[in-house]
Amino acid sequence: MTRYPRWKFFLLVAVLAVCGLYAMPNLYPDAPAIQITSAQAGGEVDERAMSRLRSALDDAGIVYSDAERVGTSWLLPLSDSEAQQRARELAQRTLGRDYVVAQNLAPTTPDWLRRINASPMNLGLDLRGGVHFLLQVDMDTAIEQRLESWVSEMRLLLRDENIRYRDVTHEGQTITARFDSSADLDAANSRVRDQFRGFNISRDNDNNALVLNLSNEEIAKIQDYAVDQNRTALNNRVNELGVAEPVVQRQGADRIVVQLPGVQDASQARRILGRTATLEFRLVADDVDPRRAASGIAPPGTEIYPFKRDDRNPVILRRQNIVTGDQVTNATMGFDENGQPEVNISLNSAGARNMQRVTSRNINKPMGVLFIETRTDIEHITNEDGEREQRATTTREAYVINVANIRDTLGSRFRITGLDSPAEAGELALLLRAGGLAAPIYIAEERSVGPSLGADNIKAGLNSMMLGLALVLVFMVLRYKVFGVIANIALVGNLVILVGVMSMIPGATLTLPGIAGIVLTVGMAVDANVLIFERIRQEMKWNNLPPLQAIEAGYGRAFQTILDANITTLIVAVILFAAGTGSVQGFAVTLFIGIVSSMFTAIVGTRAMVDLIYGGRQRAPTALSI
Amino acid sequence: MAIATPETNVNFMRVAKPLGILSIVLVLASIFLLATKGLNFGLDFTGGTVVEVGAPEDISLSVVREALSEGGYDAAVVQHFGSSRDVMVRIPPGESDEPDQAGLEVFELIGGVVPDLDLRRVEFVGPQVGDELRDQSGLAMLMAMGLMLLYVWFRFTNKFGVATVAALLHDVIVVLGLFALFQWSFDLTVLAAVLALIGYSLNDSIVVADHIRDDFRNSRMTDPTDIINQALNRTLSRTVITSLTTLLVLVALYLFGGEIMRGFSMALMAGVVVGTYSSIYVASNVLMLMNVHKEDFLVPQQEELDEMP
Repeated sequence: MTRYPRWKFFLLVAVLAVCGLYAMPNLYPDAPAIQITSAQAGGEVDERAMSRLRSALDDAGIVYSDAERVGTSWLLPLSDSEAQQRARELAQRTLGRDYVVAQNLAPTTPDWLRRINASPMNLGLDLRGGVHFLLQVDMDTAIEQRLESWVSEMRLLLRDENIRYRDVTHEGQTITARFDSSADLDAANSRVRDQFRGFNISRDNDNNALVLNLSNEEIAKIQDYAVDQNRTALNNRVNELGVAEPVVQRQGADRIVVQLPGVQDASQARRILGRTATLEFRLVADDVDPRRAASGIAPPGTEIYPFKRDDRNPVILRRQNIVTGDQVTNATMGFDENGQPEVNISLNSAGARNMQRVTSRNINKPMGVLFIETRTDIEHITNEDGEREQRATTTREAYVINVANIRDTLGSRFRITGLDSPAEAGELALLLRAGGLAAPIYIAEERSVGPSLGADNIKAGLNSMMLGLALVLVFMVLRYKVFGVIANIALVGNLVILVGVMSMIPGATLTLPGIAGIVLTVGMAVDANVLIFERIRQEMKWNNLPPLQAIEAGYGRAFQTILDANITTLIVAVILFAAGTGSVQGFAVTLFIGIVSSMFTAIVGTRAMVDLIYGGRQRAPTALSI
Repeated sequence: MAIATPETNVNFMRVAKPLGILSIVLVLASIFLLATKGLNFGLDFTGGTVVEVGAPEDISLSVVREALSEGGYDAAVVQHFGSSRDVMVRIPPGESDEPDQAGLEVFELIGGVVPDLDLRRVEFVGPQVGDELRDQSGLAMLMAMGLMLLYVWFRFTNKFGVATVAALLHDVIVVLGLFALFQWSFDLTVLAAVLALIGYSLNDSIVVADHIRDDFRNSRMTDPTDIINQALNRTLSRTVITSLTTLLVLVALYLFGGEIMRGFSMALMAGVVVGTYSSIYVASNVLMLMNVHKEDFLVPQQEELDEMP
């Protein structure tokens, strides 16, 4: 038997030491904590607010550890989850609406481990509890909305250019503009081509019409814009919810994944995420007899909207908006002099300019605040082929929440009243702040796991791993004696490497199937050693090789087989990762890392140990404990 | 502890024929079951809603059923989940007007009749997502098998390739057949188990095939049956021991892994048993069927890849 090369020993020790070090943070369980973040995006948490909070907690007798800064927010670890619950309520009361207080977990990793960037494994939602939403962006509506605005743009363009047209309509992804004469068509043609570059434009000379077909690139652009804008809006809303470490990510062409770890009230999350509300400020058409509203037929240039409370008559508003919700930069809830809830609104410069221009010319005239809510419902239908299909229907609900006389020129800051309750005012402020959605969304998939089940899952995973490991360890010693002990040390080393690598990769997440992957690895990892040891036995008994040559032959000949056998499982792990979703991907990750590290420990690791035990002797051993 | 000593010489090939017929029968029966009963697809693939609730006291199923049917959920499937204090409710797609709201509604309905109810889990999968997951999963399974085929074809001679793939198909079909027979719920984690099984089954067959190949090249024996028999004997203890250690951890997972991992461990346990059997009998039977003989290995094109670890 040749001496085992020294560098392999060093490699082995180095890998084990590094992985062991990075696996260590997992030994320190996370502590329940509250996380305090400024309600203003990017805002800092005031030191005075923190000291106010500390004294409030001291007064209430809640025990806490040193607060720690994480990015722009503070984490305050507490003794247990009951204290966490109480501290959260107390903190929200003490700090008020300027701060968002969320429940979170604080790592208790010691400083010397943090200094080398070691942190525990990320836990999936099925282990820590939380909500996972897959939201579908309704693209048909997004395109429809965009086309509608193009139709009005086209009408505006034609009017500005003094080109007479019969009508401009849209259907599907096509806009058709019809003209009375071919001369008008000619005039329109060049102007429209200049302005509507996202369309494939063709002339229909028979009908004196211009046909604009939305190009595929433009459709892709609309989709990208709708999804990205929705993602941003959802991100803002999620931040408002006060969730620690939320995930808002685009998935595929038209979906958005939202993950809210630790959220217990899924219904609140769902309400905030799914709603699309916006405000429009419009002048009341005061030159029209208000009684005409009852007839339901709006004069040209106006629209009739119901008033929010049934006891008042519908209102006739002008079509043009003064300001829309997307020009709102900030909205906060407050109370007026009479203790009635109100929403204080700040506008951006474009909105403020418009507001100023219109209100200065219309002093003492009434202005209405129109509230528009879009809700998307899913309907299940069976199509003519007998296949199930889901179709999203969007309902738009609009009503006037407030009509008031313009007493003065309004600028960038003003307020709206007429809200029923502080809760309603709060929600409206939140929705205005968080921004509207560019297109309706609906929930395509939801998975929420309560915190109790998450904790149970961790326990179940750990227990099955312990039992599985114990059974395998005992079995190996019974079967292979000293060599079994060697294989067992390698197996434990394999687990250390697996946990260390999982903790080092920032994107790797441990899920319940992921734990199953680790458990399975424990059972399958010894296979390499079984192969080697069985070979050694055979070489000794069948071919009468002396022990050291048998060891040599056993390791040498088994290597190719082990590689062959493990590559198949590696291929499967890669496929699972590519095709699977969340928790199944967790399984693929642990399986993959486990197989690779098991090949390393079972071949390099056990060989080194065998060499230490049998290789260094003066006289070659005559028998092996195998 | 002796599982198979080197002296063990089981004449495996003596019962090769009857077992070959048994395998064919098993596969045909599985295909028949899959075609008639089909798989009991879980929520991931069908869409719908699953709600899991728990309470400190035992929950009576009939009380829950009554509350749900009063709330308009007549088609809800209600069963205990893990213990009598946990209840799982499954609502088929299309049962509710607003399917994404059904989970919370169900929780509130049950909460009305069971005190201190804890919402443990809600899963809602829209039909579109369910269909996609099913397509994607089927594709993943085909892709896994295809890649295995490529790999085996690349590594072994044609006859061995066919033999190992036959063993692989055998294992997957029989395990799926078992799920169809008992109507165990087939969800994403079970699919992951079946894919892992594809890797495991092939792993087993490859080790045996490797040995058979070696023996064809090196053994003085000439009769293919004898050569295969000797190789099977030599790999027997490894095959059995690896299956045993894998089964040990799967039993641990079955017992302690919780209700969610039960289907997963079930599929793999069945797979390991079937896979062990098939790597002994199915692969060798197919080899015999194809008239494998020494000449197949006379030109050892493969250089010795045995590297020192």
